[in-house]
Amino acid sequence: MSSKAPPRTSSSSNKQNPLQTLLEAYSQDTPLKLKMIDAFLVFLILSGVMQFAYAILVTSFPFNSFIAGFASTVGQFVLAASLRIQANPENGKTFTKISPERAFGDFLFSSVILHFFVVNFLG
Amino acid sequence: MGLAYKLPDMSIEATRNVASLLRLVIIFLIAGAAISSRLFAVVRHESIIHEFDPWFNFRATKVLAKDGYYRFWNWFDPTAWYPLGRAAGGTVYPGLMVTSGLIHDFLKSIHIPVDIRNICVLLAPAFSGMTAWATYMFTATMKDDAAGLLAAAFIGIAPGYISRSVAGSYDNEAIAIFLLMMTFYLWIKAMKEGSAMWGTACALFYFYMVAAWGGYVFITNMIPLHVFVLILMGRYNAKLYVAYSSWYAVGTLASMQVPFVGFLPVRTSEHMAALGVFGLLQLVAFVELVRSHVPSQQFKLLLRGFIVVIFASAFGALVALTYGGYVAPWAGRFYSLWDTGYAKKHIPIIASVSEHQPPAWPAFFFDLEMLIFLFPAGVYLLFRELRDEHVFVIIYSVMASYFASVMVRLMLTLTPVVCVTAAITISSLLETYLDPKEPDTSEASVQELTEDSIRLRPSKNKKSGGKSQQQLGVPANSPAPSNVHNFKGVSESAGVFGLDTRLLVSLYTLILLLVFVLHCTFVTSTAYSSPSVVLASRNPDGSQHIIDDFREAYYWLRQNTPVDSKVMSWWDYGYQIAGMADRPTLVDNNTWNNTHIATVGKAMSSPEDKAYPILKKHDVDYVLIIFGGLLGFSGDDINKYLWMIRIAQGVWPNEIREADFFTPQGQYKIDDGATPTMKNSLMFKMSYYRFHELFGGRPGMDRVRGSPTVSTPPTLDILDEAFTSENWIVRIYQVKKDDPLGRDIPWANSFNAGKRRKKLPPATAPKGKKTSKKA
Repeated sequence: MSSKAPPRTSSSSNKQNPLQTLLEAYSQDTPLKLKMIDAFLVFLILSGVMQFAYAILVTSFPFNSFIAGFASTVGQFVLAASLRIQANPENGKTFTKISPERAFGDFLFSSVILHFFVVNFLG
Repeated sequence: MGLAYKLPDMSIEATRNVASLLRLVIIFLIAGAAISSRLFAVVRHESIIHEFDPWFNFRATKVLAKDGYYRFWNWFDPTAWYPLGRAAGGTVYPGLMVTSGLIHDFLKSIHIPVDIRNICVLLAPAFSGMTAWATYMFTATMKDDAAGLLAAAFIGIAPGYISRSVAGSYDNEAIAIFLLMMTFYLWIKAMKEGSAMWGTACALFYFYMVAAWGGYVFITNMIPLHVFVLILMGRYNAKLYVAYSSWYAVGTLASMQVPFVGFLPVRTSEHMAALGVFGLLQLVAFVELVRSHVPSQQFKLLLRGFIVVIFASAFGALVALTYGGYVAPWAGRFYSLWDTGYAKKHIPIIASVSEHQPPAWPAFFFDLEMLIFLFPAGVYLLFRELRDEHVFVIIYSVMASYFASVMVRLMLTLTPVVCVTAAITISSLLETYLDPKEPDTSEASVQELTEDSIRLRPSKNKKSGGKSQQQLGVPANSPAPSNVHNFKGVSESAGVFGLDTRLLVSLYTLILLLVFVLHCTFVTSTAYSSPSVVLASRNPDGSQHIIDDFREAYYWLRQNTPVDSKVMSWWDYGYQIAGMADRPTLVDNNTWNNTHIATVGKAMSSPEDKAYPILKKHDVDYVLIIFGGLLGFSGDDINKYLWMIRIAQGVWPNEIREADFFTPQGQYKIDDGATPTMKNSLMFKMSYYRFHELFGGRPGMDRVRGSPTVSTPPTLDILDEAFTSENWIVRIYQVKKDDPLGRDIPWANSFNAGKRRKKLPPATAPKGKKTSKKA
């Protein structure tokens, strides 16, 4: 991807809005699997924002429950983002020891541990 | 390409097998050495718990072993901090107790029933073996297996770590150093591989560490600092994101499960660095993602600016939140590490602990011997290579050195990194000098060198005027060694010639290592293996004389007083009284309520008439003091008295004044020159009560202060002497009941003695009926 990206952007970035360039590049270059993960990430962001807004606007009274819920979205977000990074074929040479399958195994393991603590902390 | 000596001829597999067998044997031997060097105290004395804090840990472990985990979790201890009580289950790091509870259960399930006391005594040596293994793993990732084995050997016997982990020292540090090294090892592994699984494993060990020791804050700040420095060095990569995010997300939530920690990770300043770096890492990762899609130069700049702005505003928000009170500022115990004068001025109770003083230079040499001067060399060697994980060790070295130089106690966290870097130094040295490969000295290269040197030489030699030397030197084909070195640096890597140099340096290193072992054994045996419960001294003929006054007095309390009688003592002895005498105490070593401690300090430093209402209000039945004047035991209450006064003064500045206890010349005296406030204070009277009788009525000689005591014997109106131990180290007084006729107690005493009320010279006041027991 990086080999074909520079000519296009260098020609278009001067004329177009950079954000538009970004969106175009994203929808063209990203594999479907990664887009799926991205959809999940967006969902997690929305969930986290809603929880946070509730805590600010209404109440954060059972503080441990709020922390548990919020930490589960944040934790799941970073774990999914890690999976996305590891499974991204562009990063293949960075992660020499970790195949996408292994990355998925890591993701499952970490998520189970995370949610064990979340459920324990919900109270 | 010659060899200095011949290596045995073996196939690659055979070499590998022999190496792994040797590794295994060496690790086991190191673990054996680590365990056996910690057993001096058990072999010499007996298998008991030492010091003060471990007595509480031991008592809590007994509760856990007897009542189970659930009861331990919700344990409320009504006997500590007498009127208040202590919710012990929620104010303790439970890792240590749970660990020994699990070992206890495990051994019982395989039908090896071991007393819980023996598990507690031997837990620290067992874990020191595991620490050696964890250090081996950690150092092996920094350099190679050889350095790892050396580091394991160093930490196995280094006195800086032994001092906190001898058998009987059942303290949090016993397992904490193992967990520290394990967490760091897993962090390095996660960071190198970029694996979320290792990040989570690191978080799990971090959770265990949080459950075990308050020093977990060190880890919480070390790992973010490492990441932050790597980002600043421009070494960010995707692996770093994966490792740190998974560690932080799982680890922080996990650490909040420990009741004593609770919401601290989101509420206090100590944990904000981790949160800040977490946020920064998200930004950096996002920007990297965007950059991979839009590689334009202006865009990059824009995004960099974006990071800086967001980071600055987040930092500003944090400062604002701290000032606004939403985020708690640094706790005094941590703050005093930065502002070293803070504790002495504002929190005397922190400054009063001897472990919180800065160490002197000899302490470093005493605890680490040769490691201390190999340590900077190791850091330098790491700097030369500077892989990502080396940055961690360098930061760790700098931070730990600073902390250890501020507080003696933190020598413990310095020791592992010193062992690691010293092992890297020694292993680099040995690697260079044991390598049989000789540098390239073929005829051709020498010829080339000499030709070069000829070309260079004439100008030099013309100056010295020795033409014959030049003619002699060239055909002999022996260029000056210094010249060879100069040229070698250019042409190829340096090396070592001949067996003699190799032997010399290797033997010297070997001697250094052997002396290190001798030093460690000597220090462990003489300095760090004495149970403070039992005092040992030597008779002139070399036989051992045991002074067992503490247990004598505690067992007297245990057997001769009602179960619910409250004992007041200075807080140092709270845990021991609760552990050995099994009686409720007013204050103990968990100094969570400063005012309560100040109350005890006030009672001790007031005259009798003011102390009596305090004792009565707190239902005190017995007062226990430590007096070393007869035996020369320097850690007694008169020497700690000034801290009691200072702590009481901090709360009641109008009633207790430190200056009143000093003579006009500013001396702290106990003889006739002492001030009236000093002479009338309860602690002074309790300490020297009946001390004259040992000296036939003349002023006694106090062997700690090295001065005679007051010539008029002190009298006690509100207390009865209940027990004095064999060597007068522990003295226990019983608080008198109210007078049945409602008179105040001094009057009643003088009436009983047949004196008129008006005249009440303290010297002739009666002793009353003494039921004191004296050996």
